[in-house]
Amino acid sequence: MQEAATPTEPQTAAPALEPIIRAEKIEKYYAQPSQNRIQVISATDLSIVPGEILALLGPSGSGKSTMLRMLTGLSSPSAGQVFWHEKPISQAEINVSIVFQSFALFPWLTVLENVEAPLQARGVGPEERRERSMKMLDTVGLDGFEGAYPKELSGGMRQRVGFARALVVEPEVLFMDEPFSALDVLTAENLRSELLELWANKTMPTKAVFLVTHNIEEAVLLADRIIVLGRNPGHIRTDFRVQLAQPRDRKSEPFTQLVDYIYKVLTKPDVAPSDAPDRQHPDTRVRDQRQMHYQMLPHARPGGMAGLLELLLDKGGRDDIYRLADDLAFEIDDLLPIVDAAQLLGFLKIEEGDAAITASGTEFANSEILRQKELFRDAALENVLLLRQIRRALEAKSDHTVPEEFFLDMLDEQFSQEECLRQMETAVTWGRYAELFDFDAGRRRFVLPDAQEEELAVDGDAK
Amino acid sequence: MNLQHPLARTLVTTRTWPFLIDVGVAACGLAIFFSLVSTGTYWLGKPIPVVPISHSISALPAYAFYSIVRIAIAYLLSLIFAVSYGYTAAYNPRIEAWMVAVLDVLQSIPVLSFLPPVVLAMVALVPGHQMGIEMGVILLIFTGQVWNLAFSFYSSIKSIPREMREAASIYRYSGWQRFWQLEMPYAAIGLVWNSIVSVAGGWFALIACEMFTMGDRNFQLPGLGSYLQTATASGDIRALVAGFLVVILIVVATDQLLWRPLIAWSDKFKFEQVESADRVESPILELLRRSNLFAAPGRIWTSFEEPIFRRMAATADCRVVHPLDDERPRRNSAGLWALAIAAICVVGWGATQAVLMLSKVTWPELRLLLEGAGATFLRVNAALLISAAWTVPVGVAIGFNPKLARIAQPIAQVMASVPATAFFPILLIGLVRIGGGLGIGSIVLMLLGTQWYILFNVIAGAMSIPSDLREVSSLYHFNRWQRWTKLILPGIFPYLITGMVTASGGAWNASVFAEYTHLKDRTLQTIGLGAQIDWATDHGRFPILLLATILISLMVVTMNRLVWRRLYRLAETRYKLEG
Repeated sequence: MQEAATPTEPQTAAPALEPIIRAEKIEKYYAQPSQNRIQVISATDLSIVPGEILALLGPSGSGKSTMLRMLTGLSSPSAGQVFWHEKPISQAEINVSIVFQSFALFPWLTVLENVEAPLQARGVGPEERRERSMKMLDTVGLDGFEGAYPKELSGGMRQRVGFARALVVEPEVLFMDEPFSALDVLTAENLRSELLELWANKTMPTKAVFLVTHNIEEAVLLADRIIVLGRNPGHIRTDFRVQLAQPRDRKSEPFTQLVDYIYKVLTKPDVAPSDAPDRQHPDTRVRDQRQMHYQMLPHARPGGMAGLLELLLDKGGRDDIYRLADDLAFEIDDLLPIVDAAQLLGFLKIEEGDAAITASGTEFANSEILRQKELFRDAALENVLLLRQIRRALEAKSDHTVPEEFFLDMLDEQFSQEECLRQMETAVTWGRYAELFDFDAGRRRFVLPDAQEEELAVDGDAK
Repeated sequence: MNLQHPLARTLVTTRTWPFLIDVGVAACGLAIFFSLVSTGTYWLGKPIPVVPISHSISALPAYAFYSIVRIAIAYLLSLIFAVSYGYTAAYNPRIEAWMVAVLDVLQSIPVLSFLPPVVLAMVALVPGHQMGIEMGVILLIFTGQVWNLAFSFYSSIKSIPREMREAASIYRYSGWQRFWQLEMPYAAIGLVWNSIVSVAGGWFALIACEMFTMGDRNFQLPGLGSYLQTATASGDIRALVAGFLVVILIVVATDQLLWRPLIAWSDKFKFEQVESADRVESPILELLRRSNLFAAPGRIWTSFEEPIFRRMAATADCRVVHPLDDERPRRNSAGLWALAIAAICVVGWGATQAVLMLSKVTWPELRLLLEGAGATFLRVNAALLISAAWTVPVGVAIGFNPKLARIAQPIAQVMASVPATAFFPILLIGLVRIGGGLGIGSIVLMLLGTQWYILFNVIAGAMSIPSDLREVSSLYHFNRWQRWTKLILPGIFPYLITGMVTASGGAWNASVFAEYTHLKDRTLQTIGLGAQIDWATDHGRFPILLLATILISLMVVTMNRLVWRRLYRLAETRYKLEG
């Protein structure tokens, strides 16, 4: 696979206009009981200027949603500040709306009441409220549904109510948090184009749109400017303008090249953000997760890895990640963890946005299930510290059981509580698959499988 | 009426006899006015500790009315208190843990042991009016009703989905709007179901405490509880049966006229994305919806609310978006510190006084109390085991038969609401006739109080077992043992535990009433903590009363922590049927 020419080499977006929202060195971290802190987002500058649709793109765990919440004032940054027209956001009378992934409509209010509610909060009188809401419902194609309750509507219709509610207050910036990801493909496509139409015709009074998504094509389709986030901790990897004219054609060469370029950015080994070290708090150094003890386990299933490797083998052992995602109809949030996991175990390598299968990966993909488990076990023990530790602890203890809590305590130093649990869940999935250990969910304890030795013996005979 | 059409809500329902209903509603208004006036005059009258109770059946409606008023006032107070308590706990992280712990303990304390101090305090507080004694009784019913309501409201608020909160925050909802459009609706279903339990508990307490002796003072208020107790004391079976029937009538009427419409109405607060197929139906609610009844209050409410919204929107507080995760440590003002220190001093003083009071308990008395605690503990658990032993097979049989379940479940629900204390006199007279003692009698009384909750829940549990799982079990020819251990018991486990927890609370409460009683001029009693509490009340021995209450609370709390909570967690994790 040759290196694709990138027609839109990242040019730093230099906003000439005065930003509506400007974030200055905002960070998010959670304090741990020990001296450590879990850094979620490292110091980041970002501004939203009038006249653009800005897409924030990134894998899960890159803090996209946290970023959105800090920019809207719903969450206060641990350090740094957000300005609304150069005024601190906590004191400014800001005018923004959010369209939520889960719609966040009030099920006990009718469609009309849902749309009226934000106006009510602003003290608009009943007649004007009703008139403006009805007009907005008309705009999003919901006339006739004003008396219905949200649960009577389809997902797409509900999100239309979400849009109507967001737009009725005439926000300066419209924030959208993965607004289409809970919808089916066709409905999402339909809503996207209607949104673009509203934006292009200036039917909506909004000056800027901020879209959080994990769907690369969606970002390229809609945005004038794309910011790609990296993770651990979240930071900006690239920020560039999209020069394609609207309406954009998914099949056109420049479009696919841009998508491919973003994939390349996302899969390229990451460099630590240069401004990560914390200057404001020199005494409590932020520990970078990648320099620490435990790797972050990607949340992928062994079955998924096997499937990916087999597909890769079919394609001659090497393919563009973008094309793989396309073939599988996966979004990056689905595919990247699998790729990362396979890479962690040494089954494949990432080179310039291409995934290349390794020798052990080829062997894994060609083997039958018992042998696959064996290969997985060896790779896991060699590459994954947590699994190695669990296995050692089990072998060392006379009763061959260890409580989950023991390892959670160690992970706790490094990951947020939620992430600890997810790490543990992945470790359990991998460990069970590889027959490294068994997990008693009732007692929350790791145990050594009784039949381990016998099984190994049988396995050995079979070969 | 069953609304099958998905958009049926938007269709206009045709109104049948609207005029008749409107007239009826107006008549209800007049009646309410009259009853307010008569209650008022009675309450503000001179205090009569012992109101003579007539045995005639014609006096029953008036007694029933007084009892209902007491329950209603206590319930309204509980609701208001529960909402404020839950709200305060949920939004003040500094005192949240304390407030929840307090709830947890108070939930476990049997209310009846509060009776004497509460009534004394109230009589002292409102001297010269009947209201003092009334308030004491009402406050007591209140303490029996309020905790589960508060807990329900608190946990509802805490479980509001984050995006809903964010929506309210980003659209700059005022506290007022957030309360009425987000928090109250979200908590509504929990409040309705807990209200049913609470009011049932209220009747239980009411019947026990309308008439009691404390030291050398007697208290007797006109009401159903006094009526039943006097009838028992004089052995008037005819009056007893009549009184009992009135209690049942009230319970059934409350269920039909109040709870079912409320449950059907609260369906719209269900936080679900799809319209569910099975809904509780209520003809009463349909009638009310068709009458003009809600139109006028609705208009008044709107005209009252609009200025509030306008004023709220103008405040500085509503012009900015408030972060939901404000981590900056808040400053403790001097006033707050002073308040905290004052609270600590008061609590410390009170606790010391109470401990000093406890030192007056002698060793033999303590031994007796501990023996009583053991006896009551055994009795409560025996009652639970017996209940479970018969309700599980019966409940499962009913639950697996949908037709039967549709009839039996509401009956079990109503039966659970009939206060066991109302059964007791009849039971007692029967027991005395056949020569049984209170030892068995109290277990039977606890059974009466507990079994319906378990039955109701087991039926619900059996109904919730998916039919494909049942088909699998018959497809693979599970024998009876396998069917029970692999399918039925695990399937009903969460429901069974829920029922047992409620039942256990009820049984402890019943023990206070059941182990000691007056019949004609005899005093019947058996060894038990409940009997000790009653005896101490009768003789005004506060130290023993206090110690017995502490013991009973300790046992309940310990049981909850060690047994029920663990089983609950197991039910939540392992035996949850998802999907």
